[in-house]
Amino acid sequence: MTDPTALSAPVAFPQDRTCPYHPPAGYDPLRTARPLTRVTLYDGRPAWMVTGHSVARDLLADARLSTDRTRDGFPVTTPRFAAVRKRRTALLGVDDPEHRAQRRMMIPSFTLKRATALRPRIQRIVDGLIDTMTAQGPPAELVGAFALPVPSMVICELLGVPYADHEFFEEQSRRLLRGPTADDTQDARDRLEEYLGDLVDRKSAEDGDGLLDELVRRQAREGRPDRAELVALAIILLVAGHETTANMISLGTYTLLRHPGRLAELRADPALLPAAVDELMRMLSIADGLLRLATEDIEVAGTTIRAGDAVLFSTSLINRDQDVYPAPDTLDLHRPARHHVAFGFGIHQCLGQNIARTELEIALGTLITRLPALRLAAPPEEIPFKPGDTIQGMLELPVTW
Amino acid sequence: MHIDIDTDLCIGAGQCALAAPGVFTQDDEGYSSLLPGREDGGGDPMVREAARACPVGAIKVTEAAV
Repeated sequence: MTDPTALSAPVAFPQDRTCPYHPPAGYDPLRTARPLTRVTLYDGRPAWMVTGHSVARDLLADARLSTDRTRDGFPVTTPRFAAVRKRRTALLGVDDPEHRAQRRMMIPSFTLKRATALRPRIQRIVDGLIDTMTAQGPPAELVGAFALPVPSMVICELLGVPYADHEFFEEQSRRLLRGPTADDTQDARDRLEEYLGDLVDRKSAEDGDGLLDELVRRQAREGRPDRAELVALAIILLVAGHETTANMISLGTYTLLRHPGRLAELRADPALLPAAVDELMRMLSIADGLLRLATEDIEVAGTTIRAGDAVLFSTSLINRDQDVYPAPDTLDLHRPARHHVAFGFGIHQCLGQNIARTELEIALGTLITRLPALRLAAPPEEIPFKPGDTIQGMLELPVTW
Repeated sequence: MHIDIDTDLCIGAGQCALAAPGVFTQDDEGYSSLLPGREDGGGDPMVREAARACPVGAIKVTEAAV
């Protein structure tokens, strides 16, 4: 057991990545401090940082760690999160039993069967976007032309949100997740609430077949979810449903293009695709820094986490625990990457993971097959990516073929 | 082999069905269930992998007592 107090200087969390597909070099002292250590948040607060895979799985499934961000003392990693943390957040922002009641309304729409049934539709969306790209280019800017519209179109259909409004909600999501100021984040949240509130109200007079339509009918039938809860569910499903997958498509493509040997291997054997998606999920760990608050004392790995302590999980470090993943910094499409925690673990594990995997398989698989000469259209080190305090991914991805 | 699924814990993540599709499926409500005729795991080596993949530890696998 590493002495968690042994770090010579406290490591700040979060930090910007130096290479978009590796954890920040500034986290290096944390990599040897497993399974848990200490970091310092932007407001100076010390927090536990979980870095070991096995302990992470145990703690992410531990009900004594709360995700209810409205609780006093909930850890805050950015000023913008501080600005909205008291706002109602469904699913990820509530503990059981409230979480369970919300999740059980959602799961029939996110099963493996449902994801499989969506395959032909996702394939048509992906094909259509590549048709447009090849008709207009080369070159292309892949975030705007492909990585963002694929999941945006899919989540719109799934929820019953008009894709015609995509510029509006993509912009508000961007401001919510990485707006320049806390006020900006507040305003984005207000606008999304207003937009989805109006949409939900209109739906009571319609007979659509999206998940939101279903929830509106359930409300009429059973009284639950109430309007505020329904809007909160709509916000998290819409934002989480397109931002995360868009980042995985852009950063996944960049990573494959930076590993030509692996890319050739994948092109030669498309059966590797499901394993490649999980290996990219493991390596990229785009949601790096899951937040929890201890509600009771927890004995773990010879240490005591006290009630009231902040507990963070760096998915990028957990997914590079060399006891579980030998040569963890290497992209290896043949390794069993399955048990990574890039989708989280425990009751809050990503609701959309089956659809996300399907989208990634189809988007990445089709892109590299249809564009065999795909390559970066700018020096790789000059292509901008996102700062460390939000979901990781490319800001732009200029490509040619 | 005996497989127990605790549906009070299950969150419908579908990871069992992804890991061992020959044994596990999801019912209409999304909860984990065993495919008909595969209640004993059918000798599938992926059953333990499926139990390990479950994010909430809802699947318990035991060697059947004779």
